[in-house]
Amino acid sequence: MTASLALGPTPDVPLSRVNPVAQLTAIVVVTLVLLTSLDVVTPAVVVAVELCLFPAAGLTHPRSVWLRTWPLLVGATSVGLVNLWLGESGALAALGLALRVVGLALPGVFLVASTDPVRLADALTVHWRFPARFAVGALAALRLVPLLVVEFESVRLARRTRGVQAGRNPVARVRLLAGIGFTLLVGAVRRASRLATAMDARGFDSGVVRTNARGSVLRARDGWFVLAAVLVCVVAVTASVLAGTWDPVFVGG
Amino acid sequence: MPAPATVRARGLAVRHASRRAWALTGVDLDVAPGERVLVTGASGAGKSTLFAVLAGLLDPEAAEVTGELTVDGLAPADARDRLGLLLQDPDSQLVMTRAGDDVAFGLENAGVPAAEIWPRVDAALAAVGWRYGRDRATQMLSGGEKQRLVLAGALARRPGLLLLDEPTAQLDPTGSDVVRTSVARAVADRDTTLLVVDHDAAPWLPLVDRVVEVVDGGLVAHGPTWTPASRTTGLLLPPAWIRSPDPRCGGALVAAEGAGYTHRGTTTPALAPTDLGLPAGAVTAVTGANGTGKSTLALLLAGLRGPTVGRVRAAQELAVRGERAPHRWRAGELVTRIGTVFQQPEHQFLTGRLRDELELGPLRSGSGSTAARARAEELLERLGLAPFADANPFTLSGGQQRRLSVATALATAPRVLVLDEPTFGQDAATWRELVTLLAEQRAAGCAVCVVTHDRDLVDSLADGEHPL
Repeated sequence: MTASLALGPTPDVPLSRVNPVAQLTAIVVVTLVLLTSLDVVTPAVVVAVELCLFPAAGLTHPRSVWLRTWPLLVGATSVGLVNLWLGESGALAALGLALRVVGLALPGVFLVASTDPVRLADALTVHWRFPARFAVGALAALRLVPLLVVEFESVRLARRTRGVQAGRNPVARVRLLAGIGFTLLVGAVRRASRLATAMDARGFDSGVVRTNARGSVLRARDGWFVLAAVLVCVVAVTASVLAGTWDPVFVGG
Repeated sequence: MPAPATVRARGLAVRHASRRAWALTGVDLDVAPGERVLVTGASGAGKSTLFAVLAGLLDPEAAEVTGELTVDGLAPADARDRLGLLLQDPDSQLVMTRAGDDVAFGLENAGVPAAEIWPRVDAALAAVGWRYGRDRATQMLSGGEKQRLVLAGALARRPGLLLLDEPTAQLDPTGSDVVRTSVARAVADRDTTLLVVDHDAAPWLPLVDRVVEVVDGGLVAHGPTWTPASRTTGLLLPPAWIRSPDPRCGGALVAAEGAGYTHRGTTTPALAPTDLGLPAGAVTAVTGANGTGKSTLALLLAGLRGPTVGRVRAAQELAVRGERAPHRWRAGELVTRIGTVFQQPEHQFLTGRLRDELELGPLRSGSGSTAARARAEELLERLGLAPFADANPFTLSGGQQRRLSVATALATAPRVLVLDEPTFGQDAATWRELVTLLAEQRAAGCAVCVVTHDRDLVDSLADGEHPL
């Protein structure tokens, strides 16, 4: 019933061989460049390269691509349409802004699709010295998310057994959902405190310096990956300058 | 290899901050290194409190502790690195998404060098009889296997004392066996001292050296030949319903006719097409292994889900404006016809007071407030819950919560009662109360359906059994 939500190990795809912190660095580079470019050529080049990465992230099936990208497509389309109708710079500028949204969001989609949360936490604690309290705590919490989905259904049914049901009344529906949400929240807090007890019992956050069983290794290919991201950005900006469309946003400019 | 731990208690007493009465008094206990001891006792006798104080889980602000208690000569809170815990809920003890990572978690916390971690993980997994690889997703495990993994996680830290708090309370018989087999393997070489706290003593007897029972005023040591009294001893149930000669009442009040259910997006049915009628004045038990769809069948019979094949029909006398499919009834109409009690009672509680909880169903189904109040008073009195009338349902003990959830279902006087594992985690006393309560409903002409793994329940109460 919740197989699609199971947070099991992510399948091994080419992109998952790139260390998560290298992916995050590449995302920062691309984000900085896209945020400062308001033309159409820069995001077009970036998006074109990003589109080539779908297979590397294991997103080859049209259905999985759609499931991962529809919210972003909706967002990009609405940004484009709003700028087309209300903006003064014309269709090309609107297209540029829509492409910018796609270009900014796709790397995040790839990271989520290809990276096991455990590897991400390992990389963050090992390389960027994230506190284990935060990284491991987030992992433990993530594990409980699918349980919430199962619980939602049983709480909804439990309300029906008590004579509580919204029927077709939209106001009653919202109230019912709020009630279910509250019950789930209370349950989640209770479960989280039990989990905290269990984690304490196994010595979590007890003041001892924590080791990492899996480790997280930065290899040459991680450097190449970041360099490739920088190169793509350089190519994109160069193309834009050559085309005479480059329109950077500078602070105070 | 660290040595097994010693436990010593002298005149130990505990009182929770919000209560006047002492939860535990006069506890004297000596556990030798490598010994295996079962601590048993009725609900509310103070077992859980004893466990909490032993495990160092009591918040010093929230409880007053007097007397002496040491683990290897240290206060429990200072000896926490010597302890391995296994608690009730399988889902809130696992931290990681992969089995091996979860066992490694406790070793990472202890600062064990990475190179030493994996051999110790493998050894701990082997010690509990783990059947999968390290990469097994913890999400996919059954409850019993999850508990087995938690045990491995505790063992990997090489505890001197293993403390188990009703580790099988939320598991079916198969899962319980898995846990007990794993514990037996884990303590076979007596490298750790074992303390099990459980009201259900019988299954642990082959595994422990001795049994102590928590009673008012202290601990009672039982001899080597002690066995717990059977919960069915002296059980006197009200006689079964005398059927009226009217033939219309002889049929089933609710019946599944080739009813099956398949979850959306899956192809394997959760319940294969099933025929089952629930006759008035009889208790029907639905039994069978996990995964056969027992709970799904209960949801269909209770009108909470519509079958994806076949149909579920109520008797003509229960029909709402001619509609006989229970899942099409409105919730307010459903509760006066079919009452349902879930496995987890707390999901069904919607208010902050027992009294309001019992009035809710009648009010929702159109009773006046006077009638609802009268009904609530009557049920509170009958089920021995009157002293808690103004208490919050969540503050009740497990046994009391179960009785309350049955009471809320009875409040609207339904003709059909559907209960999913009603006796899970009940001690002998609350078990008898519950069975008696259900027998009373049967005597009053209700059709009662219990989904259960509990053999005693089926043998002492059921008029018909439907194995899935």
